[in-house]
Amino acid sequence: MKKKILIVDDEPNIVMSLEYAFKKQGFEVFIARDGSEALEILKHHVPNVILLDIMMPNVDGYQTLTHIKNTDSLKDTKVVFLTAKNKASDIEKGLRLGADKYFTKPFSVKKIVSEILKLLI
Amino acid sequence: MNNSALIAIIIIYLAALFFIAFLAEKKRQSKWVNNPYVYTLSLAVYCSAWTYYGSVGIAANSGINFLPIYLGPVIAAPLWIVLLRKIIRISKQHKISSIADFISLRYGNSRFLGALVTIICLFGTLPYISLQLKAVSETFEIMSDDTSYISTAVIDDSTFYVALLLAIFATFFGTQNTDASEKHKGIIASVAFESVLKLVFFLIIGVYITFYLFDGTTDIYNQIAITENFKELTTLSGVEDGFNWFFMIALSFMAIFLLPRQFQVSVLENNREKHLKKAIWLFPLYLLLFNLFVIFIAWAGKLTFGSTQNAEYYSLLLPLENGNSFLATLVFLGGFSAVISMVIVSTLALSTMVSNNLIIPYGFLDKFIKNQPERNSKYIKNIRRISIFTIIITAYFFYVSFSKELSLYSIGLISFVIIAQLGPSFFIGLYWNRGSSKAAITGIIVGFFIAVYTLVLPFTLQAYTGTDDFTQYGLLGVSILKPYALFGIDFLSPPAHAFFWSMTFNMMSYLVFSLISKGNYRERNYAEMFVDSNNFTTLQDNALVWKGEAYVADIKSVLVRFLGEKRATRALKIFFTKYKLSQDTQLADARLINFSEKLLTGSIGSASAKILIASVVKEEQISLVEVLKILEESKENIVSNKVLTEKSNELSQLSSKLKDVNEVLISKDKQKDEFLDTVAHELKTPITGIRAATELLMDDDDDMPKEIKAQFLKNILQDSDRLGRLIHNILDFEKLETGRLHLDMQYQDIQKTIAKAIGSISQIAAKKEVEISNKNTHAFKTNYDEDRILQVLTNLLSNAIKFCEAKNGKIEVDYKLGNELVEISVTDNGKGIPEEDHDYIFDKFYQSKHQNTIKPQGSGLGLAITKQIVEKHNGEIWAKKDVKNGATLVFTIPFK
Repeated sequence: MKKKILIVDDEPNIVMSLEYAFKKQGFEVFIARDGSEALEILKHHVPNVILLDIMMPNVDGYQTLTHIKNTDSLKDTKVVFLTAKNKASDIEKGLRLGADKYFTKPFSVKKIVSEILKLLI
Repeated sequence: MNNSALIAIIIIYLAALFFIAFLAEKKRQSKWVNNPYVYTLSLAVYCSAWTYYGSVGIAANSGINFLPIYLGPVIAAPLWIVLLRKIIRISKQHKISSIADFISLRYGNSRFLGALVTIICLFGTLPYISLQLKAVSETFEIMSDDTSYISTAVIDDSTFYVALLLAIFATFFGTQNTDASEKHKGIIASVAFESVLKLVFFLIIGVYITFYLFDGTTDIYNQIAITENFKELTTLSGVEDGFNWFFMIALSFMAIFLLPRQFQVSVLENNREKHLKKAIWLFPLYLLLFNLFVIFIAWAGKLTFGSTQNAEYYSLLLPLENGNSFLATLVFLGGFSAVISMVIVSTLALSTMVSNNLIIPYGFLDKFIKNQPERNSKYIKNIRRISIFTIIITAYFFYVSFSKELSLYSIGLISFVIIAQLGPSFFIGLYWNRGSSKAAITGIIVGFFIAVYTLVLPFTLQAYTGTDDFTQYGLLGVSILKPYALFGIDFLSPPAHAFFWSMTFNMMSYLVFSLISKGNYRERNYAEMFVDSNNFTTLQDNALVWKGEAYVADIKSVLVRFLGEKRATRALKIFFTKYKLSQDTQLADARLINFSEKLLTGSIGSASAKILIASVVKEEQISLVEVLKILEESKENIVSNKVLTEKSNELSQLSSKLKDVNEVLISKDKQKDEFLDTVAHELKTPITGIRAATELLMDDDDDMPKEIKAQFLKNILQDSDRLGRLIHNILDFEKLETGRLHLDMQYQDIQKTIAKAIGSISQIAAKKEVEISNKNTHAFKTNYDEDRILQVLTNLLSNAIKFCEAKNGKIEVDYKLGNELVEISVTDNGKGIPEEDHDYIFDKFYQSKHQNTIKPQGSGLGLAITKQIVEKHNGEIWAKKDVKNGATLVFTIPFK
């Protein structure tokens, strides 16, 4: 079965690169521009992994993560933060809330893809 | 007038009062119930039947001696702003419900002291209430034409029924709430109404007598001046009378604070502190008006009737004598108003004290602990209701058996002197933290016995034994113990004499006992809180010395019994939230103990609240050494050493200044950090885009479709542009901030500049199908830097486009000429700016300050730069307030 990934970020250019890279790896890719769109998608799909920005309009990444952690059907879904927030306190908060990985911008697409593949094994 | 007609009038009148009280209770929040005039008029409950009828009696018999009773309050009024405000503040903070609560709480919540104050108040007030009933009864007799009618049995004494009706009224509106510290709006509104009536009616009769029956004030004066003894009635005779006056003024000064009914209206029923400002001049004015005609009515009566036998009722007898029964009825109703107010407010105050300070703490506490909350509150209400009835009925029997013999004036003064015994512990305790509970108790008891000995005993003995041996020769014939001339002081009137001696001993006992016996730690705590009531909150929370152990669950169970599950839970929740404690905190601390006691105080009085809470708390006594260490190190040492105080003040001022500066620095630093954070974030985004796209394009073994390749390259270009713009913005901003930017001022046409700006942005607008119109097409030339103003306009326009809905967006640019400035506005129909953000949107750190993780639109620099540019032109920029749809941003450029 195809692996599913949900990319949540409001920067179209960044999303486009990630989408291309993950499609090439055979993922089914869903895209949301903010937390509320992501939550809408999660009502109908259970992705294997979610790539989550923190600073987004409307519903932010922390809120989205908290929702995911409180949803039973999503208990096997891995959540990876992908954000420009790179202070130690931000990273610590992200991981404490239950993120599986934390990447900071700017990032290498290749590295992200390989780390996520490792995470899904 | 016939009896039944009079009774009918009384009943209609009472029904009207019921109606007013009912309306006020129903509209508790409305303005006509809560205003400074109602407050001031309710204070006029001070003017009872004693004032209404008694003053004239005194004026006729002993001249202007009726005045000091009003001069005391007049002198006290300006002090209210300091003194009464402090009392009100303390009472609100502690949910105090009576003067007994107030005094007992000041002295460490002493149960005995609370009971003692209650008993003093009962002794002082019961005769006073019976005085009011006496006035009703006597005026009723005068009014009814059946002169032979003298009641023999309770059952056909109309006064008894009047008393009963008053009791019903007081019960109904006085016990709507279990919490006695709640306001009684209905009662207060009707008291205020009655205060208007009694004054107006009294003035009417004054005018009628002075100007209708006589030919004005001069006429009365001329006629009375030729009668004998006239001089004695209008002047003070020497130093002795001076002393009498002095003590009477002091006595009434205290009474205006201490009388239970005054405490009730001025402190407990006060809604807003600022109402005091009106009261301090309006209340003295009220008293002045009330006394305007007293002397003339008295003289007119004397001239008309020849004797002063019934002088107290001249205001009633004069119109009757002249056949004007309508005016007489008005006067009767005015007096009746004075009676109702006094009786109702006094019994309300007394019943709260009796139930909270006598009955509950001494008899019912155990019962309450076992009961359900609804039953408890019903119990409390019932106790209070029974108290009200008992008080009024007792007063009635007191009247039947005693006060028929006495004048209104003398009963009133006895009351004042007895209540004054609370004075030293009340007033000194407010400003001296050393005063202890033992001292207060001793002072009050000593003073009370002296007052009884010198004032109550003589006439009681005389009434019973029929001889005045006691007054003549003193106790057991010892002449220095003569009740009216103790230790040879024989020149004072009996009330002044009693006041002087009881106050002297009371105060001495209080001071001496306070100095020789220090209070325990609890007393010291409350003393601190009262004396330093301004710093109350900090003191209450931090300085409360308390050691012990208690579980929140136990305390909650006590609260539930009195407040019910819902209110108790809510109260605790608020408490935990306020102090940032976890909602499942298990061990209670001093703050919770204190908080819970306060919560219960309103319902059952402070003494009972203390006992109840103590029953679930394992309180450890704190050694005196510990208390002294904490309280005295911080307070008394400083007070005793003035230099040290000044030094420490300077130091603390300095350190607080330092603290302020430091706080500013910290917040500036934080702002800077956040700003850099935002900038970094903004820079990282396009770089991330570029990096990701480049990486993918570089991948050699990739067979990327051509169109995707093109798209990635386009993205790279876009992101580079964005990066460039951003850097440009940051540099621009920095230049403007540091003032290194110089404007290139040219004589330009504003109309053309606007058109240019619209032109440059038209493509973006067209893409979103937003319509931009240029409203004012008249040319106007002035000096400005066109490039910079273009930047401003472009920025405002692109912002407007951003917030407009695609396809429906409409933007209008307009300008008009004002007073030496041109005002340019950009209006859109987009989603608008939240009201609370108006003042901040131009703040350079606004976005970074108000964002945490919710992303703002744009970098947050655009408007900040815009503002800098406008200000550089000496103009202003703002967002228009009260715009219904969309937003209007306006900026000005001044010209000469």
